[in-house]
Amino acid sequence: MLRYVANRLLQAVMLLVIVSAIGFAILHLAPGGPLSQFAASSQMTQEDLDRVTRQLGLDRPLPIQYLDWLGRMVRGDWGHSYRDGEAVLSVIGSHLGATLELMVTATIIAVLLGGWVGVIGAVRRYSLFDQLATVGAMIALSIPTFWFGLVTIYVFSIQLGWLPAGNRETIGDGSMLDLLHHLIAPAMVLALVETAMWGRYMRSSMLEVINQDYIRTARAKGLPERRILALHALRNALLPMITIAGLQFPTLLGGALVTETVFTWPGMGRLFLDSIGYRDYPVVMGILMFSAMMVLVGSLLADILYAVVDPRIRME
Amino acid sequence: MTSPVPPACFDAVATPVLSATGLTTSFSRDGQWLPVVRNISFDVAARETVAIVGESGSGKSVTALSIMRLIPQQSGRIEGSVRLAGRELLTLPEQAMREVRGNEIAMIFQEPMTSLNPVLTIGTQISEALVYHRGLSRTAAEAESIRLLDHVRIPAAVSRFADYPHHFSGGMRQRVMIAMALACKPKLLIADEPTTALDVTIQAQIVELLKELQQDEGMSILFITHDMGVVAEVADRTVVMYHGEAVETDRTTRIFTAPSHAYTRALLSAVPRLGSMAGRAQPMRFPIVDKVTGGSDTPVEMPDTVARTERPVLEVKHLTTRFPIRSGLFGRIAGRVHAVENVSFSLHAGETLALVGESGCGKSTTGRSILKLITPDSGSVVVDGEDVLGMGARELRALRRRMQIVFQDPFASLNPRMSVGAAIAAPLHANRLAAASEARDKIADLLVRVGLSADMARRYPHEFSGGQRQRICIARALALQPKLIIADEAVSALDVSVKAQVVNLMLELQDSMKLSYLFISHDMAVVERMSHRVAVMYLGEIVEIGPRAAVFGDPQHPYTKKLMAAVPIPDPARRTTRRGISNDEIRSPVRAPDYQPPARQYREVSPGHIVQLWDA
Repeated sequence: MLRYVANRLLQAVMLLVIVSAIGFAILHLAPGGPLSQFAASSQMTQEDLDRVTRQLGLDRPLPIQYLDWLGRMVRGDWGHSYRDGEAVLSVIGSHLGATLELMVTATIIAVLLGGWVGVIGAVRRYSLFDQLATVGAMIALSIPTFWFGLVTIYVFSIQLGWLPAGNRETIGDGSMLDLLHHLIAPAMVLALVETAMWGRYMRSSMLEVINQDYIRTARAKGLPERRILALHALRNALLPMITIAGLQFPTLLGGALVTETVFTWPGMGRLFLDSIGYRDYPVVMGILMFSAMMVLVGSLLADILYAVVDPRIRME
Repeated sequence: MTSPVPPACFDAVATPVLSATGLTTSFSRDGQWLPVVRNISFDVAARETVAIVGESGSGKSVTALSIMRLIPQQSGRIEGSVRLAGRELLTLPEQAMREVRGNEIAMIFQEPMTSLNPVLTIGTQISEALVYHRGLSRTAAEAESIRLLDHVRIPAAVSRFADYPHHFSGGMRQRVMIAMALACKPKLLIADEPTTALDVTIQAQIVELLKELQQDEGMSILFITHDMGVVAEVADRTVVMYHGEAVETDRTTRIFTAPSHAYTRALLSAVPRLGSMAGRAQPMRFPIVDKVTGGSDTPVEMPDTVARTERPVLEVKHLTTRFPIRSGLFGRIAGRVHAVENVSFSLHAGETLALVGESGCGKSTTGRSILKLITPDSGSVVVDGEDVLGMGARELRALRRRMQIVFQDPFASLNPRMSVGAAIAAPLHANRLAAASEARDKIADLLVRVGLSADMARRYPHEFSGGQRQRICIARALALQPKLIIADEAVSALDVSVKAQVVNLMLELQDSMKLSYLFISHDMAVVERMSHRVAVMYLGEIVEIGPRAAVFGDPQHPYTKKLMAAVPIPDPARRTTRRGISNDEIRSPVRAPDYQPPARQYREVSPGHIVQLWDA
């Protein structure tokens, strides 16, 4: 097991290097740069611009810049934001909590609701419930997240006035209740696609399992249907879901980016978009690396968890 | 019990344990109810074993599932009457039926590998029935489960309670299934092809075990099988099913000695009997009985097709194929599967050499190594004087025209999206051997040769039965006019009567085309019928090789003897001979990386009959 984890970590490091190189190249290929907004200002002379460029090291060839960045990164120096000089890690740190809050809540909703819909849909295949769930999932998957976010704001915040239109808390309040009140709409929006996906995956996984020979064996033993489904079927059906959860993580991250923007949620997604706007290279690269690490760790955890849960893999 | 007991049939004096009357099961298809089992009636008396025998699609398994009411309710309908000790089961509410399942009637299935839940320990799976039906506490259920595991002769039962199914071999898993079924001391055990997926020595163990447990527990058994040999060994009475109907129901001895229905006669004549070839020099066709009229042809021995004076078509010397088992970060070799170890034999034109052995003995790997579908580690394979193993890709392609392979599963070895004609023409086109018009004639000719008709070329594989598909696979193999055909369990997946027909076809083709067969099989009785020479493989090595008559008539190696003793004999008169239960598992050919196979000594018993010497 330890060897396996070491092996996977080694792969992860190589992947991170590749991701960073591609990210770095694309970022610098995009037109404009950190100084383009100053260039329009008449107070800055060309000399000033050149001086700042030199100071930031942006005049060097791109590969050198990359290797310099990579070298610092490896030593734990993620750089400083061009905007306010704050260390990248602390910028990420101050936005991480909000994003995690959103993602964890959405995932809990998706797993419980989607899982339940999927199991019932598989057990009562082609029933009215199953057909409605199927149509519902298709609709949910086709709705763009940003649009659903805007509709939610229009209906629940503007028309009905039940929910706040954005932000994580009311300034000056910040009580638990206030935080929850703000969380409802964005979490719901982010959970929509996740729930639909979980429902579909759960349904097909469950369908496959309930046609297995060992389910017939369980029936032949005269066990109650509840025990057959909850113990014999669900345990097996959940195994592939672990892998799917690991694979779903990047989608969730992407969805969070959009949701955060729509709901002016002070998380990493919005920070990322803002930083791209400012060409704040160190922060953009920092978030990119951090997200990539999270995705890799997520899939590694999913695989380890699979091995822990599935007795056939556990023994190796 | 207020209602009068129905009169007992046959020799059962008391109420039969199970009584099915007019049992009819239909499945819904496009809004229509199609009966799959029609009007079946039979009784199972106390302590009696009744076999339901039939070929695939005869409705025997559906009959079993109908008795348990395990047919899906939306798509299936069960009519008639099924009485368990006088109580009607078909009208019971589902809740009450659940009390019957696993408690009064238990069932074991064909596939021990997939019939146990992979994520639950076997202890959990055995004890849950005890908890539900007998209301035992967890600890009491555990103690009882261990007793049951012990009862089905699982070694070290206590320590195996918490093991998962994948820790067990196929035979051991079937024992676990039996332990599970016996948990609540059922009145009736339904065994649906319980030994079909098992190797012959393991099959013999399970049959013996079931017989002994039946005596201990005093239960009745309904035994579903396609194997007449197993029927003869276990059943007091037999129901023969054909196309969803019971065509004949009688005492097993009478079924075998005086079958009244034409289908029963057809089935019995197609059953290969080990030992039936004693005193015959050449392979022999199976007699084919017409399933409607019951008329039969009388097969004669095949003419001698073997060209003994010429150079052999295939010469294999010291062939060795090992598969490394890797583990760890750098893929270090942790061990090796010695799949084929120092195997040597030769095969003449027009000759059939059978490679027999149980699963994992390396017989299929040998076949594939000869074709270089798997690259062997060492040794030499010479076909028509040319060394296969030293060849480059192009030469190998050319040489493969002369040797073809037919696989076991005719459903998986034909591309479902390719018409039969295209499938047969594929090897011709791949070798640029025929123009389009020429190919058409050739395909027509090949189809006729294998007993199909020329106009079938346009059809697709799903329109054919298993036997027809295997004929198509043979036609495809013949397309390049090979000298050698490697038949890898080519008739094993076929029903008895179809198997007989395909064996007959192979014999005719051998005679007309002077083909050589390397016939890889686990079925001793078929091998005896159709081969000239036999090689017995065990753990990757040939332990005994020789002319068929010598190996079958005078087996020398203990493994050969064991293999032959395990084959069920389709003769109810020999039923009483007990073999005694052994617990031997099939041994594994996995060895440590530094393992050196010992140098073997061989002894020639009679001309061409060579036996590996063993440690006594």
